[in-house]
Amino acid sequence: MKNRVELKNHQREIFNFRLRLFIGMGFTLLLLGILLARFVYLQAMRHDYYQTMAERNRISVMPIIPNRGLILDRNGLVLAHNFSGYTLEITPSKVSDLPTVINELAKLIDIQPRDRKRFKKLQTESHNFETLMIRSRLTDGEVARFAAQQYRFPGVEIKARLFREYPYSDKTAHLLGYIGRINQADEDKLDDNDQLANYRGTDYIGKTGLEQFYETELHGTTGIEQVEVDSAGRAVRVLSHTPPISGNTLILSIDAKLQDIAEQAFGDYRGALVAIDPRNGEVLAFVSRPGYDPSLFVDGIDEENWKALNTSLDHPLNNRVLRGQYPSGSTIKPFMALAGLFYHTRSPAQAISDPGFYTLSGSSHQYRDWKKGGHGSVDMFKAIVVSCDTYFYGLAVDMGIDNIHNYLSRFGFGKKTGIDLEGETSGLLPSQEWKMKRFKQKWYSGDTVSVGIGQGYSLVTPLQLAAATATLANDGVGYKPHLLKEVKNSATNQISKLENKPEFDLKLEPASIDMVKRAMVAVTQPGGTAVAASAGAPYSIGGKTGTAQVVGMKQGEKYDASKLDERHRDHAWFISFAPADKPKVAVVVLVENGGHGGGVAAPIARKVMDYYLLGKIPAPVLPKGIKPADAPQLEAEHD
Amino acid sequence: MTRQQIWQKMTAHLDLPLLAGMALLMVASLLTLYSASDHSFERVMAQSANILVGLCCLWVVANLPLHYLMRTAVPIYVLGIVLLIGVALFGEISHGARRWLNIGVATIQPSELMKVGVPLMMAWYFEKYETSLSLKNYVVAALLLLLPVGLIARQPDLGTALLISASGFYVLFLAGLSWRVMGGLFVAAVASAPLMWSMLHDYQRHRIEMLFDPTQDALGKGYHTIQGMIAVGSGGILGKGYLNGTQTHLDFLPERTTDFIFAVYSEEFGLVGNLILLAIYFFVISRGFVITANASTYFTRLMAGSITLTFATYAFVNMGMVSGILPIVGVPLPLISYGGTSMLTLLLGFGMLMSIQTHKKLVKS
Repeated sequence: MKNRVELKNHQREIFNFRLRLFIGMGFTLLLLGILLARFVYLQAMRHDYYQTMAERNRISVMPIIPNRGLILDRNGLVLAHNFSGYTLEITPSKVSDLPTVINELAKLIDIQPRDRKRFKKLQTESHNFETLMIRSRLTDGEVARFAAQQYRFPGVEIKARLFREYPYSDKTAHLLGYIGRINQADEDKLDDNDQLANYRGTDYIGKTGLEQFYETELHGTTGIEQVEVDSAGRAVRVLSHTPPISGNTLILSIDAKLQDIAEQAFGDYRGALVAIDPRNGEVLAFVSRPGYDPSLFVDGIDEENWKALNTSLDHPLNNRVLRGQYPSGSTIKPFMALAGLFYHTRSPAQAISDPGFYTLSGSSHQYRDWKKGGHGSVDMFKAIVVSCDTYFYGLAVDMGIDNIHNYLSRFGFGKKTGIDLEGETSGLLPSQEWKMKRFKQKWYSGDTVSVGIGQGYSLVTPLQLAAATATLANDGVGYKPHLLKEVKNSATNQISKLENKPEFDLKLEPASIDMVKRAMVAVTQPGGTAVAASAGAPYSIGGKTGTAQVVGMKQGEKYDASKLDERHRDHAWFISFAPADKPKVAVVVLVENGGHGGGVAAPIARKVMDYYLLGKIPAPVLPKGIKPADAPQLEAEHD
Repeated sequence: MTRQQIWQKMTAHLDLPLLAGMALLMVASLLTLYSASDHSFERVMAQSANILVGLCCLWVVANLPLHYLMRTAVPIYVLGIVLLIGVALFGEISHGARRWLNIGVATIQPSELMKVGVPLMMAWYFEKYETSLSLKNYVVAALLLLLPVGLIARQPDLGTALLISASGFYVLFLAGLSWRVMGGLFVAAVASAPLMWSMLHDYQRHRIEMLFDPTQDALGKGYHTIQGMIAVGSGGILGKGYLNGTQTHLDFLPERTTDFIFAVYSEEFGLVGNLILLAIYFFVISRGFVITANASTYFTRLMAGSITLTFATYAFVNMGMVSGILPIVGVPLPLISYGGTSMLTLLLGFGMLMSIQTHKKLVKS
């Protein structure tokens, strides 16, 4: 009996156990089923998604930076190019004790305080994980020394980079501008133009000058390399390669040699010079003195140099051609004469009697002529040749400010010329409306008097005056001045020429323009104000001198250069074109604090013309040791 | 004796179907390891050595008569407890957890010993009170389980603690723990979940949180899960081909020779490979169930059942965590992941299974 019970118990127990085991097996099957479902989900249904994820994991798209386009002058001389060099770069985030590391590096590689300062500045401007340059243009010896010690410097590396170089350095600085590191503002701008992708990997962008204006031409198209990477980001192999397309080559209308000669002709003077081919608006020389070394900016300028450039009394960073605004002085007179003829305010033969001053009717205030006692009987031709102030005071007042404004604006005064550079200023061509807006005051006849000789409110930029002179030389057919002549496509080597079509035609009365031009030729002949400009020249030059007052004179006071501080002396202008009968070049020169236009400015213009028209290379300008202030002043010049 | 007789004697206590299934898994292990270690022949040799040592132990255990096996239960368990207490007091800290004990000649991880020791002890205990089982016995057995689990959870090694809990639970379940008690325990467990949560270490909580949304910390704690899922998912139906897994060979997969070896396998052999692997596991597990069903004594039934279910659990948990349905708890893929300790523990278990299968006639007679 007992045995049976046990047996029964045993069987029940076995049954219970097997039941539970069966449940366990079901449980196991369930688990395996869950896994199976999961695998089907991941590997069959979601395969594409995870495939993409894996691809994204392993494929890194690396940009290949295109070579920046070259800039050549009209004769193929290189003005801006790239050279490859080695830089020493530090990734701050990978370096724990930066000052110590830099000190250690300084034992291997020449690191100047300048480099340290620049590095610090870069550091404040960039993200910590970017590699920042501490030294550029390493010598081969330095590269070798560092390479041997590299293991000591984690986070420091040598990189091969392309550098921008400007062989003419400060002589083309204002023209070409420079490239610099891309900052937030540049990035925003690129983003707006949908260009950010094309700038992946690019560190530099044109900041000023032609480098800035033609950035899109110069930059080129970034190439792409698809690289398989491991989880640490190391490239394992290349999967695909799209080469970059270099930037296009710019061929400028500038004649580098001419530019060089013009620069030298300035000696130690500050100022501006523009030479334009009046037949097509091509700018042949574009000089703003002093220049600066653009390479300082390319590498990232350090605090000290930046301060020095920025606070210098010479304002080397100021692009005088483009942004300098000066009273035009008497150089406006030929244009005033044309205006007078246009409005029939004067006929060419109509003469005035010049007592040496001008008075408005109903006033005793004397507006003085530059020549005490006056020029006697003066018609329009003589007024230009001797630069008679009294004649133009009266002409301006009789014409009225609004006529002057309307006529001169046709020559481009008071407006931007539209040259292919950023940051041009528009000068100032006053009018009644302008004065009301600006000063909430009505226009007085007295205001018109000084406008007649290019003083008072009116301001011009050297570029404006040059464009106007070129238009005058070309008998009123005006071109927009431009620096770019041709673009050579780097991929196809095709050259596309810029179309030269006139911007406007003033339809000048032939007799009027002929008379004014003849008068301007007479200016450079004996009896004129710039006789030295054409002395011995085998071609004839038309010109006009001018003086821009820096310090106002009191009534009855006499201008005496020797008594004035050098920087308070008048600015000297000379506008010119040659050959006078068929002008091929118009040259405008401004010499800051140069005093008389004919004395300092005209000879500079002459050298430029001699080279351009005759290929003549001038002798050195000023003997060493002679400062501009000591330069002899020529008797014949006055203005 | 002839050579044939010697061979017969040598293999008398081996279960050939089980051994065949295991051998397939071990081949998969060596192949996958070669790929996962970037063609490291050394790794493959080291794993071969692990397998060889494990198989020797398996052979020894398989040849042990069952009463020897039963006799080891108490000493192993007591030794395990002593060592665990030793770890708690003098253990070496690595990766923020105190798991290893330096016993002079080597550092050991006593929790591994308990993977076998706990079910062994519990099965022994039930066998001892087989004829007069009452609720009290289940409570005692549960305490035998909770003591080492508590010590291991404190280290902290949550994964191992949970797995030992599972193997112990299987013993309780197969021993006939009443459904009502199990239901009550389940309710209690759910109710105490918030309390458990508060007792977890930060990194354990992160791992559980990451399970639900691995992308919220893709480079940090979710990285393992995401890269594992990418590897499995990108494998597709047929896989990327042996030695061609990009996740594997480009170093995106972490711990790819150990806990994440399944991701390597899955990436290179795809869904088809996974099906084959699941089939092999299913075969091994089924054989385990057959052995369990045929086991002759209470002790052997409990032991064989627990070993088989635990093996199935390991496989599920590992593949589940690599494919992103379970949190990452640090469980190797049984018989495939690289590692001597887990290989040894598993083969000891299989040795017991074989002993149970081949010694029952002797017991009966």
